Amino acid sequence: MYELKFNESECLSCATQDCLTRCQYMDIDRDTAKAEILKIARGEDSFVLHDCVTCYACEEYCPVNNHPFYLIVEKQEELDVPPLPRPLIRRGIQMGIPFRGEPVIDEINGQTLDMGAFADLMYLIQGKLFEGLPVISTDPRKMFHYFCQLMYLHYGRASVIKERLPGIIQTIAKHNVTEVICFHDECYGTYTSYCPAVGIEVPFKSIHFFEFLYNRLNELKGEITPVNLKVAYQRPCSSRLSSDKHHFVRDIFDLIGAEYVEREYVDENALCCGGTIQGQRREGSRKRTADVQKRNIEDIKNAGAEICVFNCPACYTTMGRLVAQNGIRPVFMSDLCRLAIGEKPAGWR
Amino acid sequence: MDPIYQALVDIVGQEHVSNQPEELFIYSYDLGTTEPHRPDYAVTPRSTEEIQEIVKLANREKVPVVPLGGGLSLAGLAVPFRGGIALDLKRMDSILEVNEKARYAVVECGVSQGQLTSYLERNYPHLTHSEPGAPPTATIAGNVAIHGQGDLAQPYGFNSDMVNGLEIVLPTGEVCKFGSCSIGSGWFTQHPLPDVGLFLGWSGTTGIITKVSIRLFPSKKIRGVGQFVVEDEELVPEIMYKLTHTQMTEDIVAFSQAVPPFASGLQHFTINIAADSEKELEFKQEIIWDDTLGEYIRSGAGGFLGFRSGLQRPQVSKTSDWRKGGGFEYVGSIMPVDTYPECYRRGREISERHDIPYTVLGRCVGTAHAMMFSWTYAFNRADPETVRQAREALHETDDLVLELGGTIWKPGLYGQKLVMERLDPNTLNLMKKIKQMLDPNGIMNPGNWEVS
Ligand SMILES: Cc1cc2nc3c(=O)[nH]c(=O)nc-3n(C[C@H](O)[C@H](O)[C@H](O)COP(=O)(O)OP(=O)(O)OC[C@H]3O[C@@H](n4cnc5c(N)ncnc54)[C@H](O)[C@@H]3O)c2cc1C
Ligand code: SF4
Ligand code: SF4
Repeated sequence: MYELKFNESECLSCATQDCLTRCQYMDIDRDTAKAEILKIARGEDSFVLHDCVTCYACEEYCPVNNHPFYLIVEKQEELDVPPLPRPLIRRGIQMGIPFRGEPVIDEINGQTLDMGAFADLMYLIQGKLFEGLPVISTDPRKMFHYFCQLMYLHYGRASVIKERLPGIIQTIAKHNVTEVICFHDECYGTYTSYCPAVGIEVPFKSIHFFEFLYNRLNELKGEITPVNLKVAYQRPCSSRLSSDKHHFVRDIFDLIGAEYVEREYVDENALCCGGTIQGQRREGSRKRTADVQKRNIEDIKNAGAEICVFNCPACYTTMGRLVAQNGIRPVFMSDLCRLAIGEKPAGWR
Repeated sequence: MDPIYQALVDIVGQEHVSNQPEELFIYSYDLGTTEPHRPDYAVTPRSTEEIQEIVKLANREKVPVVPLGGGLSLAGLAVPFRGGIALDLKRMDSILEVNEKARYAVVECGVSQGQLTSYLERNYPHLTHSEPGAPPTATIAGNVAIHGQGDLAQPYGFNSDMVNGLEIVLPTGEVCKFGSCSIGSGWFTQHPLPDVGLFLGWSGTTGIITKVSIRLFPSKKIRGVGQFVVEDEELVPEIMYKLTHTQMTEDIVAFSQAVPPFASGLQHFTINIAADSEKELEFKQEIIWDDTLGEYIRSGAGGFLGFRSGLQRPQVSKTSDWRKGGGFEYVGSIMPVDTYPECYRRGREISERHDIPYTVLGRCVGTAHAMMFSWTYAFNRADPETVRQAREALHETDDLVLELGGTIWKPGLYGQKLVMERLDPNTLNLMKKIKQMLDPNGIMNPGNWEVS
């Protein structure tokens, strides 16, 4: 029912084939890139469908927003080229099934913060920055009613997203919300990139979490004391779906006096946390993950960062401990912002 | 004044004995589905000598004595079915010795799993014991009394195989020692003296363990858990076989459960690996995930979910409580590993028939020599109908264990009856003679392992 709008003719006239030539996990020249993306668009098998680590980055690399990654996922499913072993796919699909009753629907009548499937991280939205802000999806037992489902892009299962997402949007809309601040990049990417790409209607406006944080920090500007920390940022895959908002990372760091260290794997060249790669079917995936993580962390270290900032809880789970073992402190962006206004986030010493 | 009560006060002091209904109530039930029964007295002794006096008194007065450790074995094993004295051993909580070089610890019977774990972590970080998945208040002695298994079961077997020596108060009040300690040597070995091992697996019906020497094992600097998942339950036995062939794991558990939904219909493995360095860890991971399980990953039949350092203890308790009302009980069994698929399928059927979300688990014991397979049934404590359903499911499962060629682990009364019906008659007769000889007045945990 919902169909991806992919325009093959854009690829025919494309001057760069950036989608695949810039891919950090496959070495592809322009001619091959052109041939392969066209094959994929026409429903033919391509090595790209087998070797893609599902990092989302080509969504950002394509200069005309043609959605090459969404296309890859659709074709992986159509041609039965699952990126993950079958049990992991089934496990993932089952994970999103709500099982502890219906959520309580409070009428918001305005702006809200949506925790999505991270209701157990309420400790990350405490303090002045969030004062007076109504929050939805606050109960971990009910949070899968708010799960944006986009994770299934990693599973080669666009059909699951299309099947479940309209119901999730309806649940959010029942709160009578006008503007939804998305705690997670992935929700924001779902409502502002994926939904329009496949024709799912979204009856509310979405606001990126970092845009919200930046605006709130500006409102509290008088209370900011520069944190004077050298920081690196672990960019999550789903932030590739909202590259127009990525500048808020730098903007926030500037505002709170954090030095965004110069490094190789930054912004468009950011590396995947590895969480999705390690379970893939492709030979050597576990080692590939370790290699990506090693390069990433070495780069953070060499750049002299004291802190590695996360926004994605999945990246944090995958990399947080590794980062810490390397003498760099893993911190969530909201906690760093709280530090800047003199608050002490949970567990901060 | 009740003379037994007074005699107990004389032995342990007023503070440590009770005949008050509100306190006896606590000792009348366990966490499972067994009908409660109150003891007449609850006593918390502090020494072997006090226990001897209590047992002698019980013999004179012909009142039952029911030893109680953490009371977490479920199945009603420490419910005083015939009243008498609930002998709560928790005050006997001294860690008497840790022999670092010979790797053993001598503990009193009230020492809990959690207590020993934290003591070792603090004082002997390179030593550990095989901790069961039970809540940490479970005792070491209570666990070996029922042949428990812990998180080192894969390399080293049952916890009761790790016993180096015992001190026992016999049902008639004498103290006996077993193992090297019985000839005045250290507590370092149970063998090679003539075998009079009559106390393990008897659920406190042949005597009271007052001291136990338990083996300790190297605790490597990095201990963690990797997860692997397959859809096809038929693959579980061969995966356990292959994993144990590597001799590189500390614990292998396969589980499947209806709730939360992600686990339903899938077989998850948790595989504990330990190493002293990143180099050793990577070597082991390569052998386990890439070389041993790689074929399943490449064919799409199995998936690697990552490795995380740090042990989560206890693991099992988390999984059982998905029904309103918080009750659960499980049938444990010791099964051949190749029965896993059938255990899983038949267990699911039983659960579904009784409208209980299914929860099953198989822990590898030894080098795939056997597994402890459990079927857990949740119930709502406040709803007798769900308790009845769970009890029925438990009984059906006891039958199933024997049908599938296994043995019931720490059976309750129903399961004990089933086992004794099948026991070799000569063995049964020997058990009866032993029991009569050791406990002529039948005071020890009566109801359990009673050969008619
Ligand atoms: C969530 C959960 C998970 C569990 N997981 C495991 C597991 O992974 N592995 C495992 O082995 N068990 C497990 N168990 C079962 C049980 O809790 C443990 O085996 C526990 O160690 C039993 O010790 P306890 O002190 O609670 O024994 P109790 O229940 O107090 O006693 C057990 C039996 O031994 C007798 N007894 C107690 N102390 C003595 C003594 N000093 N001398 C003689 N007889 C005595 C009692 O009369 C009773 O018959 C689990 C239980 C729960 C609730
Ligand atoms: S998807 Fe975008 S970048 Fe790739 S070839 Fe087509 S237009 Fe060019
Ligand atoms: S999603 Fe990432 S790995 Fe896959 S093709 Fe696009 S850039 Fe390459």
